Amino acid sequence: MTLSRRDFVRGGIAAFSLGFEAPRFLCDIALAQGASFRSLVVVYLAGGNDSLSMLVPYRDPSLQTRRPTLAVPAGQVLQIGRDGAGNELGLHPRLTGLRAMFNEGRLALVQRTGYANSSRSHFEGTDIWSTANPLSTQGPGWLGRYLDTIPPTLDPLFGWNTASETPHALLSRLVAVPSITNPASYAFGSPNSAAEAELERAAAARMSSHLPSQRPHLAFVNASMQSALATLDRVATVGTYVPAVTYPNNGFALALRAVAGALVTQIGTRIFWVQTGGYDTHASQAGTYPNLMGTLNDGLTAFYQDLGSHGLLNDTLILQFSEFGRRINENGSGGTDHGAGSVMMAIGGQVRGGIYGTAPSLAPDPSNPTLENNGTDVRYETDFRSVYACVIDRWLGADSASILGGDFRNGSPEFL
Amino acid sequence: MNSDPRIQHLLRRAGFGASVAEAAAFAEIGFLPAIEVLVDYHRTPDEVDQFIGQGGYAGVTPSSGGMEPFSPATIVNDARQRWLFRMLHTHRPLQEKMVLFWHQHFATAYSKIANAVGGVLATQMMAAKRSEHPAGLPGQIELFRELALPNFRDLLFEVARDPAMLFWLDGRLNTRARPQENFAREVMELFTIGVGQFTESDVYAGARVFTGWNLQRIGEPRDPGTFYQFLYNGAQHDTGAKTFSFPIYTNGNKTIPARAESGGMEDGRDLIAALARHPETGRRLARKLWGFFISEIQPPSDAFVARIATAYTQSDCHMASVVRAVLSSPEFDSPSSYFSRFSWPAEYVARALKELGYTGFTLNRALNPLSNMGQQLFEPPDVNGWERGAGWFTTASMLARMNFAATLTSSQRADIAAVAGGQGPTPEALLSFFLDRVTPSRFEPPAYDTLLEYLRSGGAWTGGASQLRVKAPGLLHLIVGSSEYQFV
Repeated sequence: MTLSRRDFVRGGIAAFSLGFEAPRFLCDIALAQGASFRSLVVVYLAGGNDSLSMLVPYRDPSLQTRRPTLAVPAGQVLQIGRDGAGNELGLHPRLTGLRAMFNEGRLALVQRTGYANSSRSHFEGTDIWSTANPLSTQGPGWLGRYLDTIPPTLDPLFGWNTASETPHALLSRLVAVPSITNPASYAFGSPNSAAEAELERAAAARMSSHLPSQRPHLAFVNASMQSALATLDRVATVGTYVPAVTYPNNGFALALRAVAGALVTQIGTRIFWVQTGGYDTHASQAGTYPNLMGTLNDGLTAFYQDLGSHGLLNDTLILQFSEFGRRINENGSGGTDHGAGSVMMAIGGQVRGGIYGTAPSLAPDPSNPTLENNGTDVRYETDFRSVYACVIDRWLGADSASILGGDFRNGSPEFL
Repeated sequence: MNSDPRIQHLLRRAGFGASVAEAAAFAEIGFLPAIEVLVDYHRTPDEVDQFIGQGGYAGVTPSSGGMEPFSPATIVNDARQRWLFRMLHTHRPLQEKMVLFWHQHFATAYSKIANAVGGVLATQMMAAKRSEHPAGLPGQIELFRELALPNFRDLLFEVARDPAMLFWLDGRLNTRARPQENFAREVMELFTIGVGQFTESDVYAGARVFTGWNLQRIGEPRDPGTFYQFLYNGAQHDTGAKTFSFPIYTNGNKTIPARAESGGMEDGRDLIAALARHPETGRRLARKLWGFFISEIQPPSDAFVARIATAYTQSDCHMASVVRAVLSSPEFDSPSSYFSRFSWPAEYVARALKELGYTGFTLNRALNPLSNMGQQLFEPPDVNGWERGAGWFTTASMLARMNFAATLTSSQRADIAAVAGGQGPTPEALLSFFLDRVTPSRFEPPAYDTLLEYLRSGGAWTGGASQLRVKAPGLLHLIVGSSEYQFV
């Protein structure tokens, strides 16, 4: 599947170099978008999140028997009530800030999200969630396809990837989404002093503006450079952002801080990608998972408060996913292996908070309809594409059927 | 041109580029004999490490900030500097290139091990030489160095019991009662046959095969001589038979028989031999080597894949034969393959240093830039390794490359200005001179003309020393930071 991704980039480059044009700026984009300033922040939990520890069906008697050391005890969960089928649920004890958002009605939890014949491979699984296509994981990502619908030419800063590699979900035919891990170091260096450096920068901009159609790979790298040079000055303004709250000092929180900076300084970015890793908890999960939840909670809580203090919550939607859930039984290493269905979250001022979908029954019965793989893994109930459809149609104002290559509105959880 | 483009191509691909002197030495040997010299690297002495710290070579800086001497067996940033030093100065460039290939293939990240056992033991497991290890065991990267071109099956076997790998994919915790699937899945999906060639039940069976392939710590935790080593723990091995969906034995039998605890390690040997022998493994390696050595712009033909897979099978998984077949193929030697591969950050840095010089430059200064370019050595993002090809190029990583070129040209200003002096009666002559010394792919007229305009910008051209001290580094910054230079 490595090859298929590379194959895509190769195929994508050809189309890309034909479609790429000079960037436009905020006012144009605002017009193109009908002056909508809604933004989407996608949060990817990399490695396969153990959703049974994040959103705990703590009354299920099989939870303790199947997870003797990993089940979060009923007495420790942060209770948030019952789902539509009456299952009592609680958040992981480290998710205190998220429970506050839940209590404010601003956090939606969609249980048992996934797809049929869930891949247990990180890479294939991530590609499937990225392309929204379990059958063929080549081609642009679902967010990239959304970017491709925005006419006629797109500001390269419309999207902002805070991770160091461009995620497949953001691969687009028409725009190279910039990867900006740290706005402060996103600057143009030179061996020379300021005036000469300006001459070099101007020369670099001219050199990279040439996109030879006979050399699409060269055009692709030139386009990356061109996007960088075209966005440097606006990103620099984000580097000076002083948030209203204190963010934790870790990569996830600092990425969210940069996102808040971009939103507050209104540089025009609308689609953000943030990820945090370590979720591939094959071993010693009891020690690591609380830290993962702490990082998630503390980062999102600071971000939520920061946005709130700037009045931006109603214009922002946070959407969280992971490539799969984990096996129900804990393994001999005090961890969990790759599983299937997982939980998605949506947070924002316009989110209809609550618990969507039904928790699995964890009874280890091969005929248990909420499980699969002989009762070892959680079976999906809500197709993840119907969650995407809700976001595309109701938040981004685009046509989910054309972007997702099919109508997934039926059964869409109505959290927006 | 000063240099033979075929030799330059060979040295960019089978090595990390070439200084003017290295290119001349290999040109003297000739193209096909040079391939033999590169592949048969055992005939060349491996003495590069003894030059660390000596004049005339790139420098290293102890990462401990002077509190301790340079410690590449115990401090990871020192290990990173030593590896860069080897890429830059080794006389066995293909060996070092294959080490990078295997680091990507068996992608293992230092940080997970360091989280478990601390930085000193984690660095030891990743990078210590046998001579630096209390029990003479090789760190993972040294394992790759020893088995860079010998037999792939042997390499796979050693990787399966490599302490770093046993931490990375949790094999150390794989026991009879609760088999651990992590290594079993990746040894099939990523290291050998690939997705689509195995089933979920093969993963479960594979996990059982490697039960008891664990680790033991020798010495007490605070003992300075403590280390981890492989332990086959028969009591934790699942002795039952394991059946796969593909043949394990050459007679077509798909079942590893039940075995006594004492002989249970043979299960793993059998599975590894089967995976190494599987026809898809040779084809996957052929495709991967195509992307690594020949082209990321054109896909390999079916004939090429079949030819290289045959070399793999007929040599009984001998990588020297396979890589020799790749490098001596007509596809490799074709000018259409020149500059058709996106350079990896480590390749970019090593080549820029070879071509621009490293006077007074310490490799410590390359570590943060490499990280910003997306390739921190010993820290691949996941077991699938780095996203290669166009995936290396984001706006931030391209800026990081451009900014490394700025750092390097600034540090080499005196040398650059000195060689430029006397070469620059005109901007055209100066540009032509530097395009002979460094090896970007072809600049088309718009870019070429922009470089000339840059030399003429900001004041009248005099070609004098003070102007060259500014314009020559500025020009090389633009060349080495250009898109044209990002291909090998």
